[in-house]
Amino acid sequence: MSKQTIVVIGNGMVGYKFCEKLIARTSAFQVIVFGEEPRRAYDRVHLSAYFTGKSAEDLSMSTASWYTDNGIELHLGDAVQEIDRQQKIIHSQKGLVIPYHYLVLATGSAAFVPDIPGIEKDGVFVYRTIEDLDLIKAYATGAQSGVVMGGGLLGLEAAKALIDLGVPQTHVIEFAPRLMPRQIDTAGSAMLQSKLGQIGLQVHLNKSTAAIDGDGKIEALRFNDDTVLPADMLVISAGIRPRDELARLAGLEVGTRGGIVVNGKMQTSDPAVFAIGECALYEGMIYGLVAPGYEMAEVVVNQLTAGEKQFSGFDMSTKLKLIGVDVASFGDAFISEPDCRTIVFEDTHKSIYKRINISTDGKQLLGGILIGDADAYNLLLQTVNNKIALPPNPEDMILGTRGGEQSEGAGVMSLPDDALICSCEAVSKGTICGVVDGGATCLDDVKKCTKAGTGCGGCVPMVKDLITGTLQANGQYVKDVICEHFEYSRQELYDLVKINQLKNYDLVLDHLGRGDGCEVCKPMVASILSSLWNELIAKQGTIQDSNDRYLANIQKGGTYSVVPRIPGGEITPEKLIIIGQVAQKYGLYTKITGGQRIDLFGAHMNDLPDIWEELINAGFESGHAYGKALRTVKSCVGSTWCRFGLHDSVSFAIEIEERYKGIRSPHKLKGGVSGCIRECAEAQGKDFGIIATEKGWNLYICGNGGSKPQHAQLLAADIDSTTCIQYLDRFLMFYIKTADPLTRTATWLNKMEGGMSYVKNVIINDSLGLAAQLEEEMQLLVDSFHCEWKEVVNNPQLRRRFSHFVNAPEEKDPSVKFEDMRDQVKAKW
Amino acid sequence: MQVLEEIQWVLACYADDVPENGGACVKHGDEQIAVYNFSRRGEWFATQNLCPHKQQMVLSRGMIGSAGAACEPKVACPFHKKTFSLLTGECLSGEDYQIKTYPVKVENGRVYIGIV
Repeated sequence: MSKQTIVVIGNGMVGYKFCEKLIARTSAFQVIVFGEEPRRAYDRVHLSAYFTGKSAEDLSMSTASWYTDNGIELHLGDAVQEIDRQQKIIHSQKGLVIPYHYLVLATGSAAFVPDIPGIEKDGVFVYRTIEDLDLIKAYATGAQSGVVMGGGLLGLEAAKALIDLGVPQTHVIEFAPRLMPRQIDTAGSAMLQSKLGQIGLQVHLNKSTAAIDGDGKIEALRFNDDTVLPADMLVISAGIRPRDELARLAGLEVGTRGGIVVNGKMQTSDPAVFAIGECALYEGMIYGLVAPGYEMAEVVVNQLTAGEKQFSGFDMSTKLKLIGVDVASFGDAFISEPDCRTIVFEDTHKSIYKRINISTDGKQLLGGILIGDADAYNLLLQTVNNKIALPPNPEDMILGTRGGEQSEGAGVMSLPDDALICSCEAVSKGTICGVVDGGATCLDDVKKCTKAGTGCGGCVPMVKDLITGTLQANGQYVKDVICEHFEYSRQELYDLVKINQLKNYDLVLDHLGRGDGCEVCKPMVASILSSLWNELIAKQGTIQDSNDRYLANIQKGGTYSVVPRIPGGEITPEKLIIIGQVAQKYGLYTKITGGQRIDLFGAHMNDLPDIWEELINAGFESGHAYGKALRTVKSCVGSTWCRFGLHDSVSFAIEIEERYKGIRSPHKLKGGVSGCIRECAEAQGKDFGIIATEKGWNLYICGNGGSKPQHAQLLAADIDSTTCIQYLDRFLMFYIKTADPLTRTATWLNKMEGGMSYVKNVIINDSLGLAAQLEEEMQLLVDSFHCEWKEVVNNPQLRRRFSHFVNAPEEKDPSVKFEDMRDQVKAKW
Repeated sequence: MQVLEEIQWVLACYADDVPENGGACVKHGDEQIAVYNFSRRGEWFATQNLCPHKQQMVLSRGMIGSAGAACEPKVACPFHKKTFSLLTGECLSGEDYQIKTYPVKVENGRVYIGIV
């Protein structure tokens, strides 16, 4: 018997998800998809990322071959024009006539464009498809001011896009008296507005547009209150209109204000025709988010495979990051006194607003709003959805406990078994704990058994807590170990390797571990071996992380980047010329790094030894950009040139960089030296920072840039250069010996019991009696420095490892492709 | 036994071309095959060189190791550390990827890959 045919009309996110879910479940159907847009389904939720460097391909939901690989027929750029329900046939624009057994309408929605005089003028856009974005991008180049109509979710995304495009003045106008009127209240809106104001977004509320003025193209918006806002372009994001025209034409029942009417099985008035996503109208409501759309897709797949799952509405709680600001709303966000009691926390200094609504008896959480800090969202949402009894001080849920006894019942383990933990894959707490009881002990196991955490990944921290909690509840001792092969912490292993004088990975594994090792313990042991013995890492290449194995940083497309050391950022014209010549010869892309050196991208693995040979002959050394090691010591120009400089910061930075170069540590290390308090080297954002004073140097430690910036803290003031280096020796060695794997100095300090005063005591007052030993161990590492690349270049056997094909060493990887960008190359992949 | 006869054994490289407890990439026509010398176990494996997660030709540059009580041999992609069984090609990081595996035999210091 031949397969039954399902025709899917619409290739958006929900249409794609339907196909994905269907083929995962059954191969009993022939699936034919029609999409009106010219490209495969893409991630519309993150559309604004298109303006910050993501390509249309990056946003794509699937690979190019996904449809063919799964036997799905895909017609792009071809809209279905007519449905003949009598004969069960569809007609496409390009003339295809396809009979169907089932039809799935996933036609989505279009932007709602209000009927305002002048709306047809040039410079007025909607924000919906990649094509819309291309038009906006092209027009924005000359625009001085851009306006977004609509202060909802999508409108604010569009405003971010305009900012990213470099439109100097960006405005948002909203008809309602607040931003995101569906999600947040007036106080929350005010907080969001002030935060958005800080990044240059001007918000105008209570604005009803009367007309769009201009001669052929937009020049200004005129409002009903007779005010005028000059504008070079306008992006409309004033809501959505379900695409129901095809259904209407086919005589299917539609709502009075649009939308294809469906029942709980997502069937339209014709049982062979389903509608899902933003075109579907369920109990008078259009669900304009992607998660309920996916749930609808799941329902249809379930129905088609003889299941009984029904759609019964969807929790519209949301959490998102809008232009860098956390915004969340959950449960009944708007219920107000006297129907409930409200607890509000407002901090205008940090722009944080939190509101929770609790029942009048104080026992249940009903809903709430979080602006600026939404860390508590998951737990609050679970508390609402599962009607969990509130702790005696409900304010702890948004403020944390402030002294006194820890509230009972606040953690994930107190959730009931049917609490939904992973909403992407619909996995409950009971299911997760069940597989842990059944023998799963780690996140990967749980992902495999339940699929929890494989979607957006937002629930992963909760899943981890549940695994640990369940193991502990079962009486299992949960120790923070490296991996399944070593039952030690990094610090324990470091000491054991040292005491037993173990010098290679296999010996360490034989003596202290079990099994064959893995990608977690191998590089970690490699780092310990380096920190202890400082032997050439290339001799144990296969236990190194990829970058350390090839002594270069692997980049998109499989090429590598090359970073020669430029100590303190000081370089002669002759050496600059050499770098330029090498880059030209090997076709490399060059860029100045944040650490004051030059990165050369796009090197074939085969070319690495030749490139380095030329650099080394010209006097360069490895910059260790590939290693968990000292990267750079950044410096300002200092007293030699600067009229404010107190000391010669460049010379000191070079001295320090030369001293610690090549030393392996638990994570990368960065330093900085500034010649005066103006701090041009940004030394307080580094793992160690030195700032010149009238009397000497101030030494700061444990600062960090990156995702969680943290200022370095003062370790010692007004010290001379020798003392500064002595303290640095002790500090760095203490960190190397005691930190957990992949822990930067800032996190190390934050976790340290006793904090900065303890570290100060160890380093300055020698409270552990370790100072002399630390200095000695550091000196050993300093004395055993070698340039890894020099050793490889001069060793034919190690050089041989740098070929892509072992059986065709001359041939480079043919899958590496480049394209041009601003007179240089970029990897194409 | 019949199955064995259908396999075409292709000379891939010499045993000492592939680093101990690591991999190397072999060119077979237009195909790229990763060969692993799991010397700790005295075993050899081969898989496709392409990591299906981000379509990168890099598995031969990944670290190998073992997982679980049964010591299932595996390789970790150097890009995002997705791990794959060297026996079955199944993704062990809980996702639905699958890579191709090939039989390997070593005779007189020569490494042969079986192409079906």
